[in-house]
Amino acid sequence: MTLKLIQGGFDRRTAIFLGLLFLIVVGVSVLSLGTDADSPLHVSSYSVALLGKYLCYALLALSVDLVWGFCGVLSLGHAAFFALGGYAMGMYLMRQIGTRGVYGDPILPDFMVFLNYKELPWFWYGFDQFWFAALMVIVVPGVLAFVFGWFAFRSRVTGVYLSIITQALTFALMLAFFRNDMGFGGNNGLTDFKEILGFDVQADSTRVGLLVASAVALALGFIICKALVNSKFGKVLIAVRDAESRTRFLGYRPENYKLLVWTLSACMAGVAGALYVPQVGIINPSEFTPANSIEVVIWVAVGGRGTLVGATVGAIIVNFGKTLFTGILPEFWLFALGGLFIAVTLFLPKGIVGTYDDWKAKRRASKDAAAPQPQEGD
Amino acid sequence: MSLKSSILYLENVNVSFDGFRALRDLSLTVKPGEMRAIIGPNGAGKTTMMDVITGKTKPDNGRVLFDETVNLTRLDEAEIASLGIGRKFQKPTVFENHTVWDNLVLALKSGRRAWDTLFHITGAKDRKEIEDILEITRLTRVKDEVSANLSHGQKQWLEIGMLLAQDPKLLLVDEPVAGMTDAETEETARLLRDIAQRHSVVVVEHDMTFVRDLDVQVTVLHEGSAIAEGTLDYVSADERVIEVYLGR
Repeated sequence: MTLKLIQGGFDRRTAIFLGLLFLIVVGVSVLSLGTDADSPLHVSSYSVALLGKYLCYALLALSVDLVWGFCGVLSLGHAAFFALGGYAMGMYLMRQIGTRGVYGDPILPDFMVFLNYKELPWFWYGFDQFWFAALMVIVVPGVLAFVFGWFAFRSRVTGVYLSIITQALTFALMLAFFRNDMGFGGNNGLTDFKEILGFDVQADSTRVGLLVASAVALALGFIICKALVNSKFGKVLIAVRDAESRTRFLGYRPENYKLLVWTLSACMAGVAGALYVPQVGIINPSEFTPANSIEVVIWVAVGGRGTLVGATVGAIIVNFGKTLFTGILPEFWLFALGGLFIAVTLFLPKGIVGTYDDWKAKRRASKDAAAPQPQEGD
Repeated sequence: MSLKSSILYLENVNVSFDGFRALRDLSLTVKPGEMRAIIGPNGAGKTTMMDVITGKTKPDNGRVLFDETVNLTRLDEAEIASLGIGRKFQKPTVFENHTVWDNLVLALKSGRRAWDTLFHITGAKDRKEIEDILEITRLTRVKDEVSANLSHGQKQWLEIGMLLAQDPKLLLVDEPVAGMTDAETEETARLLRDIAQRHSVVVVEHDMTFVRDLDVQVTVLHEGSAIAEGTLDYVSADERVIEVYLGR
């Protein structure tokens, strides 16, 4: 049964996606580690980390596409789950610093010494262990999403109201994490990381390792999403998205379906955040900014909602644009982003991948009309 | 009217929305295996009655029993559907982005919990059943078509097909021939008569020709209560029914 589930995930598009991802990551890794720094083919560690960052964003976009594209739940708060995963990883990285901090305290991170903490708050226990932190990366966003979803979906909160509540969720978390006495470093957040699993976070090889880990996480996330939406479960999800009350009269409980994908999606966002933090070297409350969550929705809309591949494509394209833009004309980036969103809504309502699919379907239809035997496959 | 040997039993059901009494002391009994037609002018409470039976609307008071014992007023939509009460809506509501085939897969009687569907495989038996339903509803030719592309009549039939796939004990069918051509209407009557041989059916309809085609007991609803019951000819002769339909 599980085999069937996995097989369901492997269509041609998945193969192309995974193949490309593999080629790019292997290519970049080899060019980064296998060439001299002055070689024209050399990929700098900055670029490696940048690509790794894009892949984390792609995973985040994928998680939003799963709930928005297939279940109709427009989350404007997914950055919260991303940031929580990031904080869990950040706490592990902080505790790895040990005596190498400015104050040299073997247990307390610098900001705690600075804020006159006498001992480690209870919720920092266990984060010196990687396995524990890794578990929390999934558990914390998952539990929050489960509790939130339990109440929201059971009370049949849908549409724009739900979106607004998700915004409130991330905003509330942002305010909370800004407070110094929360014990998460206040507005400075967590930074100055030294080691991850004993490897220097600045080293080229570690950066390549993190890039590979991000790629693996993205690939796994993609396969899980694909298998999910191709199963009968996925068909129910789409049914819930399109006609929720109708599915009730068929005997399904839409709230349970929503809750399950919502929680899964939050866990995926958490993993994305956890991989993001060591690559950018910092996590602070600005990651909870409501605008961040909205930006993710734009990535998905640009790439094509409800296509999975589109979400990842959108995330990478928009962020690549952002990198270019903020390098050349930093003050115009937000205008460009807004303009992009309007342009996509007007001219590519189905996003890049959705529009491509339509175009292909139309072409096939006209081909079928010309030669009336049915086409098999794809 | 008796509770004994009933598939559906409504007794003195009242529903009001902001002071408007949609159902007033409505009582109705449907026997197992029976097909019943419900007619009545607009606003008579036909759809509200369907909503009460399927759990969408909770009655203010009164009894709604399924299969003599199950109190439907305490259950929600999904539970009632799982008991074996299927509903076809007035406006055809099929899952537009799914193919005809997938619509039937979703309706097919099988586990409804998330876990069941996650590892569900549509087996040979299921496929056979779906093929049969496609045959009955004459949708075989369009089975791989996205249902948004179907004609209005085909959507109505697909919805009836989905009801069949659910294999409910009781089918509630709301205006199945609204917007259909005469030929389609006739065809639908045939389909429903065929279905009624194996299921209990309640049909709500405006179309008198269609109700005549069905040739079953008729209940006339007016302002939320049943004012007459009997064959179509019998109720058509009733003073009050004539008054309600022709105006005072």
